[in-house]
Amino acid sequence: MSESNLFRRMLRNPLAVAAMVWLGLLILSSAFAGVLAPGDPNAGSVQNVLAPPGPGFPLGADSAGRDILGRLLHAGQFSLAAPVVTLTVAVLIGVTGGLIAGYFGGWFDTVSSWVAGVVMAMPGIIVLLAARAAIGPSMWLSMAIFGVLIAPGFFRLVYAAVTAVRNELYVDAARVSGLSDTRIISRHILTVVRAPVIIQAAMVFGIAIAIQAGLEFLGLGDMTLPTWGGILNDGFANLYTAPMLMLWPSLIIGLTCIALTVLGNAMRDELERAGGVPKKKGQAVDIVREHIFAHPEDPAAQLGEELLRVSDLRVGYDQRDGSVKQVVNDVSLTVRRGEVHGLIGESGSGKTQTAFAVMRLLPEGGRIVGGRVDFEGRDLALASEAEMVKIRGRKIAYIPQEPMSNLDPSFTIGTQLVEPMKIKLGLSSADAKKRALELLARVGIPNPERTFKAYPHEVSGGMAQRVLIAGAISCKPDLLIADEPTTALDVTVQAEVLDLMRELQKELNMGVILVTHNFGVVADLCDRVSVMRDGRIVETGPVRPIFAGPQHEYTQSLFDAILEDAPARGELVTTQKGAGA
Amino acid sequence: MLSFVLRRLLSGAAMLVVITTIAFLMLYAGGGDIARRILGQQATQEQVLQKAHDLGLDQPVLTQYLNWLSNAVSGNFGQSWFNGQDVAAAMASRFPVTLSLVLGATILSAIFAVVLGVLAATRRGGWADRIVQVLSLLGFAIPGFLVALGLVIVFAINLGWFKPTGYTTPDEDFGAWLSSITLPVIALAIGGIASVTQQIRGSVIDALRQDYVRTLRSRGLSQNRVIFKHVLRNAGGPALAVLAVQFIGMFGGAVIVEQIFAIPGLGQVGVQATTQGDIPLVMGLVLVTATLVVVVNLAIDLLQGWLNPRVRLS
Repeated sequence: MSESNLFRRMLRNPLAVAAMVWLGLLILSSAFAGVLAPGDPNAGSVQNVLAPPGPGFPLGADSAGRDILGRLLHAGQFSLAAPVVTLTVAVLIGVTGGLIAGYFGGWFDTVSSWVAGVVMAMPGIIVLLAARAAIGPSMWLSMAIFGVLIAPGFFRLVYAAVTAVRNELYVDAARVSGLSDTRIISRHILTVVRAPVIIQAAMVFGIAIAIQAGLEFLGLGDMTLPTWGGILNDGFANLYTAPMLMLWPSLIIGLTCIALTVLGNAMRDELERAGGVPKKKGQAVDIVREHIFAHPEDPAAQLGEELLRVSDLRVGYDQRDGSVKQVVNDVSLTVRRGEVHGLIGESGSGKTQTAFAVMRLLPEGGRIVGGRVDFEGRDLALASEAEMVKIRGRKIAYIPQEPMSNLDPSFTIGTQLVEPMKIKLGLSSADAKKRALELLARVGIPNPERTFKAYPHEVSGGMAQRVLIAGAISCKPDLLIADEPTTALDVTVQAEVLDLMRELQKELNMGVILVTHNFGVVADLCDRVSVMRDGRIVETGPVRPIFAGPQHEYTQSLFDAILEDAPARGELVTTQKGAGA
Repeated sequence: MLSFVLRRLLSGAAMLVVITTIAFLMLYAGGGDIARRILGQQATQEQVLQKAHDLGLDQPVLTQYLNWLSNAVSGNFGQSWFNGQDVAAAMASRFPVTLSLVLGATILSAIFAVVLGVLAATRRGGWADRIVQVLSLLGFAIPGFLVALGLVIVFAINLGWFKPTGYTTPDEDFGAWLSSITLPVIALAIGGIASVTQQIRGSVIDALRQDYVRTLRSRGLSQNRVIFKHVLRNAGGPALAVLAVQFIGMFGGAVIVEQIFAIPGLGQVGVQATTQGDIPLVMGLVLVTATLVVVVNLAIDLLQGWLNPRVRLS
């Protein structure tokens, strides 16, 4: 986004406009201080000492009998010019250093990064105190030194941006096409860092104003110049006799710092908003229901009691424009005790969303917008969070897809296994540990004691998935929801984990919803399968008749993909990629 | 682990040497001018030369530095040029005062930041979040000394709840001590609360999106339990880093706050020494601050290792 565009968008943000108006007025009134308040701001007279507001002294006079308003106006020149010095020094050092270190790397990178760390480590005020002791009361020099102190902020910003784009293809292309380094930096890299540098500059300007005012307030500045901090200092010294003296410089300093922060934040927000991909509007819900191919039950099959019945489930995500994008449309399915129900489809078909909806663990912004989820005589779609907490883990459990990211990296595997058992089953720590070790042994972990004490990053992916399976079955659930439990694993490990799941399912007589994109897994484990596409079930029934005679063209294309030995995750039939499985 | 600590100590010591060297060269390079500044414009040239000689300022800066360094290593940081006070003793008597302010403000920041940050993150976009956002923007933007002045005017002068200035030592009267540091601590904490709240809000939002949060909830752990045990532990690392930066920054902020509340801490002695040009004291202040920076950074590294087991290995 270009800067002019950014500026135009900022005009739509009332707070940012207010900030710009304030800063504009401040700059103008300071620039024309000589016209608005003619005369020497340092000239005072003894009979006007601490004069109250009146003719000639709109805001009163200070302890030297000087007109406060005039001084404030003139002070603006110095109080705004000093941060400009800071900013110039900081930008020159920080941006140049960041560009060189980030673009060329090498020894300069190492040294400058270390120096930036050291400079940043020290508190600025202490360094400025030392500098003041060494060089005496020079506001300009102090503010230039503060520019050096705050330069690492720009350095790191530019450094990060440059190292990020240095190896981008378009920069490579520019290099290959023979552009010189200076041309590449000025044309490709400066455009990337420009916006963040402007934002940082607004923040630094505010900090510089605060620091300068602080130094003047401490009486460490150049007392011959009128400055906001100096006026504040005078006000503080006469706090009891003329309390209003402090008000005006405080207001100006405070409002200016707030305005700069508001401006910086508004710019950042606008840039972030522009950076994000605009979301597609939710697709219109079809009025005509697509036909679902439902294969008849095998009359000879022995069916268990019904555990879960999902009817006409709809899941939607709230969009920024207020609409709701529906990712699951009228999905109905049942799971019986002891039955494995496969949910198959490619990425974005809504199978994982369906699974999350049953547990009521949809990602942020997602919710059930219609239908029922009947489980043990109640509709989970309407259950309270407290009721769901009771059901989760104990009645319905979950095995995720990606083993490593599903274990908390900060706690040992043992802690993560023991914690739910203590809460859900009321076991003592010792009993829970004993059972956790048994479970680890049961899921085929060779050295349960060691794994119990290990952190997630210390075990392999296959091990981690076994740990997650152990966790899921630890409270003997009735229904297990497994979301592509083998997708992230090595092929050799996949078969072992599937075997383990089959054994455990038989052992505990659980109902299972198995989300997968792989018909091989369906054939291996499932009794029943539903094929999903674009958030709908297009074909459902017992596994055998579907394998024998797939009816829907999409099901057929999934089979074709297996026969061609191609991964079934590809774009088989053009589908809209939505909130993902 | 031991080698990690040793390595960090060594690099910390290197940093200490670099900072003190630069500070020393900067402060002492003035030579004769320093003696002139101490004696004032009325002093004769002979008096100035004599003073420079007495203070050793007529020697080459490098010699002066080596003298200072060898003394400093044995714990002797010299004497004040103005009242002959021992620098080490001055620092030792004032450091605890400043430390108590800064520690108090850090603890306050941590508590408020966790409460507000979690509140804002879990009610993202709601009114609680918006209020926290506005407050932390104000807390971040308004300079700390303005906050301090505001507190003095409202709570000390107008309401009379606290004494506007002065300091009582805790062994003298604990209650009076607590009352004398309350406003300074709040003034120091406001900026810290604002920054750390933003950090915690951000990292809690990040952590809440992690897969393991869903998995832990699928085990039947309540949202609150997951947030306060698992999410905060994982969000703790970045927040701790910001808190450490704030802790160091508050030592700077204390300079002004101590001046406003007339508290006899490091900042007060620093401002005094700076105005007078009492360079040995300024040098002592730089050394104490730099040492503190090194120690705090080491402590944070160790804490990070405790918080995040993956760091522990490296």
